[in-house]
Amino acid sequence: MSLTRRDVENIAQLARLSISESELPAYVDSLSKILSFVEQLNAADTAHVEPMAHPLADQVQRLRDDVVTEEDRHEKYQRNAPAVEAGLYLVPKVIE
Amino acid sequence: MSELHHLTLAELAAGLRARRFSSVELTKHFLDRIARFNPDINAFITVTAEQALAAAEAADKRLAAGESTPLLGVPIAHKDIFCTDGVLTTCASRMLANFVAPYDATVVERLASAGAVSLGKANMDEFAMGSSNETSYFGPVKNPWDTKKVPGGSSGGSAAAVAARLAPAATATDTGGSIRQPAALTGLTGIKPTYGRVSRYGMIAFASSLDQAGTLTYTAQDAALLLGVMAGFDPRDSTSVDVPVPDYLATLEQPLAGLKIGLLKEFFEKGLEEQSAKLVREALAVYEKLGAKLVEVSLPNLPLSVPTYYVVAPAECSSNLSRFDGVRFGYRCENPTDLLDLYTRSRGEGFGAEVKRRIMTGTYVLSAGYYDAYYLKAQKVRRLIADDFARAFKEVDVLMGPTSPTTAFDIGAKVDDPITMYLNDIYTIGANLAGLPAMSIPCGFAGGLPVGLQIIGPHFSEAKLLNVAHGYQRETDWHRQMPSAYA
Repeated sequence: MSLTRRDVENIAQLARLSISESELPAYVDSLSKILSFVEQLNAADTAHVEPMAHPLADQVQRLRDDVVTEEDRHEKYQRNAPAVEAGLYLVPKVIE
Repeated sequence: MSELHHLTLAELAAGLRARRFSSVELTKHFLDRIARFNPDINAFITVTAEQALAAAEAADKRLAAGESTPLLGVPIAHKDIFCTDGVLTTCASRMLANFVAPYDATVVERLASAGAVSLGKANMDEFAMGSSNETSYFGPVKNPWDTKKVPGGSSGGSAAAVAARLAPAATATDTGGSIRQPAALTGLTGIKPTYGRVSRYGMIAFASSLDQAGTLTYTAQDAALLLGVMAGFDPRDSTSVDVPVPDYLATLEQPLAGLKIGLLKEFFEKGLEEQSAKLVREALAVYEKLGAKLVEVSLPNLPLSVPTYYVVAPAECSSNLSRFDGVRFGYRCENPTDLLDLYTRSRGEGFGAEVKRRIMTGTYVLSAGYYDAYYLKAQKVRRLIADDFARAFKEVDVLMGPTSPTTAFDIGAKVDDPITMYLNDIYTIGANLAGLPAMSIPCGFAGGLPVGLQIIGPHFSEAKLLNVAHGYQRETDWHRQMPSAYA
């Protein structure tokens, strides 16, 4: 599996990662190698095998009563925010 | 009395209860050692001296009042992946370099209420992605056995801190070998419990179907002591398993006569250093002497565990790390022109090269048109690997083999080649894919560097693994060796 610069730019765009021109060739190379490496999986016969999403069998998603269990701690949580005003998170203008 | 940092966690806890020394004395002793030696090995990102001394004073009061909970007053270190209320929690990333966690991880909370004293936050690979502790934003950690070598990763800071006797024990996490491989490379006892055994609440997520918290200690007894407090059901982690926690200390001394040990054939085939293979075989001979039976076991799909992991783990990583958007917490780029620019530059500048590589790998294997070929295929092979293990455990009680194909390697030796780096975890990843508990214990030295024996058991067999490890440690003293520069 060999990726092109264009492929990697596209992946970076999907992943919302800015990748500089100078970083790009190294990612083209290493991502191509990783994808070639994982192609070994094609050798395994997986016909009639159920995909395994969870390491323990018979686990079900637990449900809880629909009641409030958490207290409001937004002030504490927002202390880590890069920009806050009046309890709101600030971001660049979204709608022109 | 030997020096305080020569004592195991169990010995320290007993010394505290007998009032031979106070928690404040003990805590000061380790804080002094951190101040003296941490500049050499870079094991800590944050040292919480003030909070540690306050916690030690509180523990001393509880001890004076006659309380005798098992960890009361003993100092420990936390991997910087665990959220600690009011304390910097960086995950060794520029992304979280200024993040002060607003709550405690369940692991942290449980250990604190048992009276353990946190000395600080241990260095690690960025977001636990790495096998050498070289991807940390805060610089590489050095192996106390030879400071030109890596300590392994991702829990390299936890391992180096304990190996250099800067802390008598540390918490750690293991997604593909991040407890066991550093344990092997630094001569420690490491346990990764069954998936779901220890709560993941407040443990910064990397690959949610693989991540599990555990410990790095000198002995299996110490691991039993710590794990007994850390393990247990937690409603705040949706994959926490509601299975009772046995008394791990109670079964440590059970005889090993009749134990059936499966030798993992595939682990001895290629890539394993000769001297390490010899030491592992010598360890197996010790078990035979104790009355265990050895049988060779083949897990034919196990060689596919590394490629399976490098689809599943990056896929989950790309999803988990999408929360870092520069809006609510974490790094934000300067002067974003619009929202997209804010997202892409905050993430591009906030994450290091290996983290970005894994996010992109994961994004690719989950993208439209490739999902079936990569992600679904890997999930199917994952089941084949898990089925191989399940079949083996019908025949044997535990599986054994090496933990790592090599001893600690030079800092810088593998950083430019991700595949070579990924293959460090060739023996450890299988247990994560199958959700099994596994340990690494020291079994000798090759060229002056520690070698680890890996023990893997069926789901929820932690008590058995600890018993098996302890039985070996009663016969040998590899686990009591320490690097002379830090003795």
